[in-house]
Amino acid sequence: MNKLLKRSVAAAAAAAMVLSFTGCKKSGDSGKLVIGGIGPITGEAAQYGIAVKNGMELAAEEINANGGINGMTIEIAFEDDQADPEKGMNAYNSLKDKGMKLLVGTVTSGSCAAVSELAAKDGMFLLTPSGSAVNCITAGDNCFRMCFTDPNQGAIAADYIADNLSAKKIGVIYQNDEDYSTGIFNGFKEEAAKKGLDIVAETTFTKDSATDFSQQVKQVANSGAELLFLPFYYTQAALVLQEAQKQGLDIPVFGGDGLDGLIGVLKDKVDVADGVYVMSPYASTSPEAKSAAFTKAYQDKFPNVEVNQFAADGYDCIYAVKKALENADVKDASISAKDLGDKLKAAMLEIEFDGVTGKTKWASDGEPQKAPKVLQIVVADGKGSYKVL
Amino acid sequence: MLLISNIVDGLSLGSIYALIALGYTMVYGIAKMLNFAHGDIIMVGGYAAFIAMATSWCPIWLALVITVTICTVLGVVIEKLAYRPLRSSPPLAVLITAIGVSYLLQNIALLTQSATPRMFTSIVDGMPPFLQVFKGRGAVFFSENPYKAEGVKSDLTISMETFLAIIVSVIIMVALTLFINKTKAGKAMLACSEDRGAAQLMGINVNATITLTFAIGSALAAVAAILMCSSYPLLTPYTGSMPGIKAFVAAVFGGIGSIPGAMVGGVLLGVIEILSKAYISTQLSDAIVFLVLIIVLVVRPTGIMGKKINEKV
Repeated sequence: MNKLLKRSVAAAAAAAMVLSFTGCKKSGDSGKLVIGGIGPITGEAAQYGIAVKNGMELAAEEINANGGINGMTIEIAFEDDQADPEKGMNAYNSLKDKGMKLLVGTVTSGSCAAVSELAAKDGMFLLTPSGSAVNCITAGDNCFRMCFTDPNQGAIAADYIADNLSAKKIGVIYQNDEDYSTGIFNGFKEEAAKKGLDIVAETTFTKDSATDFSQQVKQVANSGAELLFLPFYYTQAALVLQEAQKQGLDIPVFGGDGLDGLIGVLKDKVDVADGVYVMSPYASTSPEAKSAAFTKAYQDKFPNVEVNQFAADGYDCIYAVKKALENADVKDASISAKDLGDKLKAAMLEIEFDGVTGKTKWASDGEPQKAPKVLQIVVADGKGSYKVL
Repeated sequence: MLLISNIVDGLSLGSIYALIALGYTMVYGIAKMLNFAHGDIIMVGGYAAFIAMATSWCPIWLALVITVTICTVLGVVIEKLAYRPLRSSPPLAVLITAIGVSYLLQNIALLTQSATPRMFTSIVDGMPPFLQVFKGRGAVFFSENPYKAEGVKSDLTISMETFLAIIVSVIIMVALTLFINKTKAGKAMLACSEDRGAAQLMGINVNATITLTFAIGSALAAVAAILMCSSYPLLTPYTGSMPGIKAFVAAVFGGIGSIPGAMVGGVLLGVIEILSKAYISTQLSDAIVFLVLIIVLVVRPTGIMGKKINEKV
């Protein structure tokens, strides 16, 4: 009996293997283009990876439903890297084994810098949705970016504050063990000096000390700052805003795209975020038509997940790739990854893309050329929404 | 005035560390193992309280009862499944298992609750009752303050959460000390901690005693969870891990195994952390905290209130 069971299991396993092989073969013939994705699906940065993956899948589903790209259907193969460079490189190699022809990724900066080295060596086209550190795409001319770089975002913030707001004395809290936060802060500091803004308080926290903000807020309050600049993510910002309210610090707050998500996380305490400026190319509650349509489609497909800018970046990446593939007139999915990379990197410089995160062109260094959008959170009747400025 | 306000902030953070450290030190003192999953039991408690309080029918007291029950059961189950089979293994094996349990709990929470952070609603509001004559948010002692910029209304505030955390940790400290020294079950614990083999020979059920220790330790984690999430209201699957490690440091600082030591260590750690942030540098505060720890351990290897135990030959 036991033997028989073992045999039948073995037979079933063998049959499954054969079946899966034939499955592979077939998909190659029918013109299925495998687009790789890498990002954290588990671990502390999981919410960003999951959002990008969902956005990519939503776009792929829409594209396939509308006849694909030049007759090819697309398939998303997404691997988890837990925001870890080493795991990212493993994920890249395993995706190549799965027949990846181009990569949309990786989601986080540290991992992206490592993976882009490999992609540059292979000539594999790489478009990172959200890797915002400068060195994410410096490895080769086949690497492109969808989002702003961190220093760039900081500089734009300083320009905006100097040109549009009355505050001259700025208090800053930033996370000094996070590339994203220090990157924005350094860009901000440099531009602020040129624009005559005075940084009167410069305080920091780390991932490990991100629970108690009483001292940072107190120092900003004591410095006489007229505006609080928060270049980090909304989870910690939610705590900072509540601490500021507790201490009675009532000055305007300005933040980068990391602050999108404040309304969702604060829920019934959203009144502390009233008037906060968020510099984000996309906001889930933005009244703009394109953003609103994406938000609705996303929420229909993933009803239990918060939509954020990462999802929009992932979604835009797939459509940008579509546009580039059409521009390069790629019709055959069996093209080698290197040949495809060569065609796409030329096409990327020619296309003009209008997506959920705004209109953009790409410069030869792979950086997107898009105008920033500044939104302001408005709270009415206990509900938060964005106003486009 | 600023100094007092900073010390109050330090007490607020320190009392949370102290609460968590009490659970750590209790389990270490009796079972002689570092339960690195303690911080994650706190996280589970946070989610339990969050989910219970989010329902419309559940009053706060019931949410507290549910949280304590869930954590206690969880602690006992973990002890039975993961630690008991390793009772006679080298301490390192148990330590690694505890780290494994910690990751397991984090990832289960990630799967079931997703990575989306939740804002915990504090169980208390406003200011301590005896200070209610003062108006404003928290208890305001001084309405005017020369150090503050315009627009800042108050200087010294003590929130109800801080007040509660301090009071509760003192009560727990006293109750635990009494329990261990005065009751039969407590004395059995002491006996187990001194010599497990001899305790068994004297007719003490060692397994039951250690299970009881874990039950109490986990119930303390539930209390710490509710107070921590009330003071620092962000809840994620990783909420427990860093405070857990800091509290472990606090327990070592105060003398691991010593219950008043955990309290003293926790409060001191919080105050040192806040004062170094305030007067030296926000960048260096963690380095300073650990520097102080190293100095204390060099001078007193058993911690501030730890007993010196001679190795048995």
